[in-house]
Amino acid sequence: MQFSENWLRTFVNPDLSTDQLTHLLTMAGLEVEEDEPVGVPFKGVVVAEVISTEKHPNADRLNVCSVNVGEAEPVQIVCGAPNVRAGIKVPCARLGAALPGETADQPFVIAAVKMRGVDSAGMLCSAKELRLSDDHGGLLELPSDAPVGADVYEYLALNDHKITIKLTPNRADCLSLLGIARETAALTGTSMVLPAITPAKPDLDAVHPVTLTANVACGRFAGRVIRGVNANAKSPDWMVQRLERSGVRSISALVDVTNYVMLELGRPLHVYDQDKLTGAIEVRFAREGESLKLLNEQTITLADDVLLIADASGPIGLAGIMGGDSTKAELTTQNVFLESAFFDPNVIAGKARRFNFTSDAAHRFERGVDFENCVDGIERATQLILDICGGQVGPVSVVNGELPPRPAVKMRVKRAQRVIGVAISADEMASIFTRLGLGFEQKDVDGEACFIVTPPSYRFDILIEEDLIEEVARVYGFENIPSKPPVAEVAMFMPTESVRSVHALRNVLADEDYQEVINYSFVEAKWEKDFAANETPIALKNPIASHLSVMRSNLIGGLVANLVYNINRRAPRVRLFEVGKVFLKDASVVNGPLTVAGFNQPLHLAGLAWGPALPEQWGAETRQVDFFDVKSDVEALIAPLQASFSKMEHPALHPGRSAGVVLDGKVIGWLGELHPQLVLAYDLPSAPVVFELVVEPLQQVAIPLYKEVSNFPPVKRDLALVVDASLAADELLNTLKRVAPAEVTDVNLFDVYTGKGVESGKKSLAIRFQLHNTQKTLTDVEVDAMMDIFIQEASAKHAAQLR
Amino acid sequence: MRSLAEIVLEAESTLSVIDDLALLEQAKAKYLGKTGELTEHMKGLGKVSAEDRPRLGQEINLAKEKIESVLNAQRDSIQQRKLASKLAEEAIDVTLPGRGRSRGGIHPVIRTWQRVEEIFRSIGFDVADGPEIETDWFNFTALNQPDNHPARSMHDTFYVESESEEPLLLRTHTSPMQVRYARMHKPPIKVIAPGKTYRVDSDATHSPMFHQVEGLWIADNISFADLKGVYTDFLRQFFETDDLEVRFRPSFFPFTEPSAEIDMRFGSGPLKGRWLEISGSGQVHPTVVRNYGLDPEQYIGFAFGSGLERLTMLRYGIGDLRLFYEGDLRFLKQFA
Repeated sequence: MQFSENWLRTFVNPDLSTDQLTHLLTMAGLEVEEDEPVGVPFKGVVVAEVISTEKHPNADRLNVCSVNVGEAEPVQIVCGAPNVRAGIKVPCARLGAALPGETADQPFVIAAVKMRGVDSAGMLCSAKELRLSDDHGGLLELPSDAPVGADVYEYLALNDHKITIKLTPNRADCLSLLGIARETAALTGTSMVLPAITPAKPDLDAVHPVTLTANVACGRFAGRVIRGVNANAKSPDWMVQRLERSGVRSISALVDVTNYVMLELGRPLHVYDQDKLTGAIEVRFAREGESLKLLNEQTITLADDVLLIADASGPIGLAGIMGGDSTKAELTTQNVFLESAFFDPNVIAGKARRFNFTSDAAHRFERGVDFENCVDGIERATQLILDICGGQVGPVSVVNGELPPRPAVKMRVKRAQRVIGVAISADEMASIFTRLGLGFEQKDVDGEACFIVTPPSYRFDILIEEDLIEEVARVYGFENIPSKPPVAEVAMFMPTESVRSVHALRNVLADEDYQEVINYSFVEAKWEKDFAANETPIALKNPIASHLSVMRSNLIGGLVANLVYNINRRAPRVRLFEVGKVFLKDASVVNGPLTVAGFNQPLHLAGLAWGPALPEQWGAETRQVDFFDVKSDVEALIAPLQASFSKMEHPALHPGRSAGVVLDGKVIGWLGELHPQLVLAYDLPSAPVVFELVVEPLQQVAIPLYKEVSNFPPVKRDLALVVDASLAADELLNTLKRVAPAEVTDVNLFDVYTGKGVESGKKSLAIRFQLHNTQKTLTDVEVDAMMDIFIQEASAKHAAQLR
Repeated sequence: MRSLAEIVLEAESTLSVIDDLALLEQAKAKYLGKTGELTEHMKGLGKVSAEDRPRLGQEINLAKEKIESVLNAQRDSIQQRKLASKLAEEAIDVTLPGRGRSRGGIHPVIRTWQRVEEIFRSIGFDVADGPEIETDWFNFTALNQPDNHPARSMHDTFYVESESEEPLLLRTHTSPMQVRYARMHKPPIKVIAPGKTYRVDSDATHSPMFHQVEGLWIADNISFADLKGVYTDFLRQFFETDDLEVRFRPSFFPFTEPSAEIDMRFGSGPLKGRWLEISGSGQVHPTVVRNYGLDPEQYIGFAFGSGLERLTMLRYGIGDLRLFYEGDLRFLKQFA
């Protein structure tokens, strides 16, 4: 809602500066978003009339003008503007005048000069020189009735501000100058002057018949016929100026009048060309499939929940939203019918949005318009139309349907004090309601002091007790409510040890040289195909862009995109991780406390490493990061839990270099080198190693349980076992661990060897066993016996031979 | 045989210039060895009269001690020199960079998230998380925004294709977590719910995905004044300064009443003097409390929803929202 400050001050003029006024409104919930002065200050410029012009003797383009500035003697001014001529009225900067300069404190001061040998005592000004516009094509021509000698800054009422308020949807009553004035009066205790509305005396009997078929949706329909108007008349300057300073462009006299009344009183009106109406006007719901061409030339097809203005020809307007094209008033229109109605906000709400446009009327009607000012609106518009366009008026006709009830709302004094947290007195509450114009009664209900408030017809936001509590708090002033440290029973709330937080996992990865990133949850459909072989991703109905159209089921696409981004910026080494939800269709999920039916939304954690294993540094050979580097990072991340890694294929990964991460028998993620085809497709110089894990299982960690520490020295034994090259090392280790006696505390693979001394197709795995008994020192005989078990088992299960 | 004095004098001058341990031991033999000169003197003691023997013996011992002390001193000195030269050889250039891998870092928005969690945990708030694909009911209806409510146009909602009858959407705020959490817990309810939120909006100052933190405190007597107290304290803790002003400005949200927009203003620094919008807040609307499954007559309290990006930008002086989602290491590494 934009308006002119001066216009507001014609209704209510508190003793406040513009800054104080905007602060007051902002702190009362009418947030002032913008406050722009209309004119840059200047001094010493008066309305002047050019009496005569003569060519400058020494310059082709200059004229020597004799100018009447309202003094006994005219002054002589040299002027180069192309439109200077005798008879026009223009702004004249007198000697000593201060025009807007480069900066506010450096005005441009006019002094007497000689121009090519001729004296010039002042300057005739263009709009640009007065900073009124960028137009410097010539002098600013003022209306012929401008009083000569008057101060131009005052004459043009430039000492005004354009104020824009960001109104919340509940305050429809402030979508007008009247509403803002009412609020300002309430907040400052200043009295308010309402625009005088004198009902026009009818010259004619003419009325246009109106039927309310939908008499709940349309609670009131007031109308008036005006005949013989000159629709082509020019809107007066003062009206155009107020409209423009309120952000509304002047269009034609009739449109300007309706806009003016809407801004002034918050009362939307519609003007029909009465000669284009066919029979009686009917307010009814649309019939399925009817269509209507609107004023904005859009043709829409209607459903039966859309409220219409219709006549015998069919739909002629979307009630409360926009008129139709077929009956619109034009510049040639002579006879008009004015509509001033009340439509139920619930019926209007959402309809304009459905047809993808908004209108000032819809904006107001869907929030609620004062249903008691239908007739005032018509009378005010009539006055203005008669003044500007002339005509003869018929009587105002009013058809009533069901108007919204205004049930009284009870507010308990104690409840208000409890919610606000301040013991505001009942007297103060009463004074607040009085200032706001809310009629009330004070009485005890069930032994409790209460206010019974009847909301006025222009307030649609006072339905329950809290609505009144809010009014009390707002006018009392949020600033006056203390900031109180709350008093409550103290309860400790600590993060658990057995379930570690996601932040702890993040910190491990950060310590392991991975940088966290955050990517959008919506991705392009191609990523889903490429990185998850997902042909039917979860799609958005209204994506913001085609490359952000589906919900991701994995985090790798984003990390690869981050990698490309950073490689393009010459990053030599990239290590990234992300924690985020992924989205999976899952018919087994039902609506629950934290679930939405049909979709599984687990939190995932993914990482990517590319480039050298270590940052470039002295004393370390440069080597590309590989599967096992990242595997070790993943193991450290999972620790103290211990996962196993099994060969697994994944659409995003190199089939020979990928593994499933298995925890407690369940696959909780995967790890591997990006598939060479994807490396190619995404234009990567070499393959990154990536991993992705479900977070939840990683969070469940056991509380450590003390075990006795042995005082006897441990025994270490190594075995080198030759097995088939294709045997997964893990299988052999698992076999050994399965038969390991209690004394064996560690089984660790420390070397893999192929080559000289080992048959081709075989490999030698060197395994170190650590043995420990808490009660005694193990003897060689005992240790040998255990080693024999290992050798026999390895031989039996995997045909392993001792090397 | 030379006199003791001559021997000591010679020993002192020869031994003290030997700079090798082996040579020193060899030289020692000349004086103190089995056939050394002092040993010879000792052997001669037997032939001396019993009267002179003690004196002579003492003189020999004295001479021996003198030589040994020279020897010891020389040994020490040789060892010291050896150690010194070994240490010199082993010296390294300590100014060379350390080796090994580097350190990664946490995303700045998550850094803020973590700090917000810590601050609210310190006064006993739980931390909760919930679905991002959300139902229309939890996102709007339960929060007192029925269909077609004009307030819905404040949110430009992403809708998700689904077979569900109820429209599903990407949550436009973290407020659905108020309802989900409150329905799972008994009052007093004290929780924050940080997380991702989505709106159809993308320009220099809006990202279609962003982060909010929801806060909710419901109990017998948690008032608007408490909201002012808690949130003001939170901002002072978060920005680690008391040199900031906080103001609560009446506003409108369907799920709170009275509702307040929270603005803050720094007393120093580059943003000094400007009011900055930081959060929406208010006393939870009775309809919403009923949707928690609670009686609004008994329970009242406040809720707030703040943008984590906004807090992060103000905290670290970041001017462009888009930086958070570009994954540019040159930006992200600044917060490592």
